[in-house]
Amino acid sequence: MSRALFKQKIGKGITRPPGNSEIYGDVGFRFFSIACAWSIILLILFILWMIGKQAIPAMEKYGFGFLTGTTWDVNKQEFAVLPEIWGTLYSSILALIWGGILGVTIAIFLTQEFIHAKVASVFRLTVELLAAIPSVVYGLWGIYVLIPLLRPVAHWLHEHFGWFPFFETELGGPGMAPAALVLAVMILPTVAAISVDAFRQIPAKVKEATYGMGTTRAEAIFKVLLPTASSGLLAALVLGFGRALGETMALAMLIGNSNQISLSWFSPANTLASLMASSFPEAGGVEVQALMYAALVLLLITFLVNLGGLYIQQLTMRKFEGSK
Amino acid sequence: MKDLKTPKQLRKEGWKGLNLKREPFESRSLGNSVFSVMVWLLALIAAVPLLSIIYMLLSHGGARLFSEFVPVLTELPPAGFEMGGGIGPAIVGTLIMVAIASTIAVPMGILTAISIKILGRDSTLGRSAHFTAKVLTGFPSILSGVFVYAVLVIKFGYSALAGGVALAVLMLPTIIIAAEEALGQVPKRMTDAAYGMGCTPTQVMWRITLPTALPGIMTGVMLAVAGAAGESAPLLFTALFSNYYLSHMNEPTASLSVLIYNFSGMPFDNQIELAWTASLVLVIIVLIFNLFARAISRKKN
Repeated sequence: MSRALFKQKIGKGITRPPGNSEIYGDVGFRFFSIACAWSIILLILFILWMIGKQAIPAMEKYGFGFLTGTTWDVNKQEFAVLPEIWGTLYSSILALIWGGILGVTIAIFLTQEFIHAKVASVFRLTVELLAAIPSVVYGLWGIYVLIPLLRPVAHWLHEHFGWFPFFETELGGPGMAPAALVLAVMILPTVAAISVDAFRQIPAKVKEATYGMGTTRAEAIFKVLLPTASSGLLAALVLGFGRALGETMALAMLIGNSNQISLSWFSPANTLASLMASSFPEAGGVEVQALMYAALVLLLITFLVNLGGLYIQQLTMRKFEGSK
Repeated sequence: MKDLKTPKQLRKEGWKGLNLKREPFESRSLGNSVFSVMVWLLALIAAVPLLSIIYMLLSHGGARLFSEFVPVLTELPPAGFEMGGGIGPAIVGTLIMVAIASTIAVPMGILTAISIKILGRDSTLGRSAHFTAKVLTGFPSILSGVFVYAVLVIKFGYSALAGGVALAVLMLPTIIIAAEEALGQVPKRMTDAAYGMGCTPTQVMWRITLPTALPGIMTGVMLAVAGAAGESAPLLFTALFSNYYLSHMNEPTASLSVLIYNFSGMPFDNQIELAWTASLVLVIIVLIFNLFARAISRKKN
């Protein structure tokens, strides 16, 4: 009775007690949101379970030897991925060294008053555009620009420094060096963006105090800013490394898909992801199971590396939140 | 006290040690200059690949695209030694799969962000969902393809739908993280005022929180869409490829990125040129979404 009166007097705005439909709507909305949060968690478990389930026959058949053997032979049904694990890690480490140096330098370039703030924002946009370019386009660019460009350089290095393990083979076309260079360009925006954040987190007074003591810019950066930002930079490098590990298309196009372990930058190699990209479409039966096993290995490696990166990033954030 | 000099002496010596001017060839200044030059050099080196890629896209892909605009954008891809041809099915396929992925990932991502940031701010569920989203951001894209292959493709075969689902898995974390950020920035006073007026949580959500956070959420969605449009690894064995226009959701589907991958390794000049054209079209699509994202987030600030 009183409720009906209430409704009549106040009308249809939202300043009235909720009706039944609104209460049910509220419950339903909450239910859907929470269901979605659950489904994200279930999704990752489902991914693990699905890939794991497909991989079980291969795991039983090849066991630990899968990680230490070096043959991938469909006809003999012998599968092992040591060369791919090596290629994945080696290409990512090379990319991390080249892309990491460039990325951190760019972060310094953008945050330490090398250029006017407006020019810096344009430059930053340019670096961000690098992240927007699809992986296949990098692959295409690598095939038709980078490899022809690299070939004379590689030839010269091999001629003169062939005794050095990095240069001990000729570059025949696709190989480790073009793949790792493209990877370096691809992880550069990630490393640069997180490093910029790391430098921005340093309280301004630290920098002012440093310059107040009469240091040059190089001294301020090397002796104060880099050590202060070091954990943030480490997080940037680890997350960039994680990105490089999982990168697929550019590598599948550039690394040469050759099942061998070599220190040389100019010999073809293979990675777990590009092995999957190149073998999956034609695979059947046992090979699919072996590929699922390889997927599980890749999942585990990237998971651990990314977890490490996120952990370091969190530690850094906590450190600076505490100091403010 | 014997070190103290009179102003006259100092002037004669050029205020050495007392002024802020540095000698350019003193080792510290020299080190600083060398360092500055190195930083400039490395920064410029980093810009070279982008400029080179843009130049290649325009010079190799642009000529074909601008001279034969309509046939390139609508015709079927050429076979073997055939000349001409286009990338029509691939453009349609890419757009359809991204649309499928968005219809799955956008509502799911936003609802998840709501339950992380608003319903379960300090609950175990909220924290674990946030952690999962963070972990998924570093998830290799090819593994989402492997996953969908194991779940859908083995039973139902290659299809546009499977491709869309694989892309949705990759879009989710970007949307969740961006939406969380946007929701976290809604001023608490605004929602408190609405609650004070007797609104239900859902009303507050729909009329106050979501509209306020919308620019931030849209930025995340646009970036996720751009990322998904450029993906190819998960499509290799979920959507596969097709030379024809899509007629049904349950059949193999062409996409720009897989077309680039397939054509890049072919020994025919015509196909390689088409790969460049397709790259240009793909980069334009991706950049449009990126620019949208940037425009929206700038408006907000």
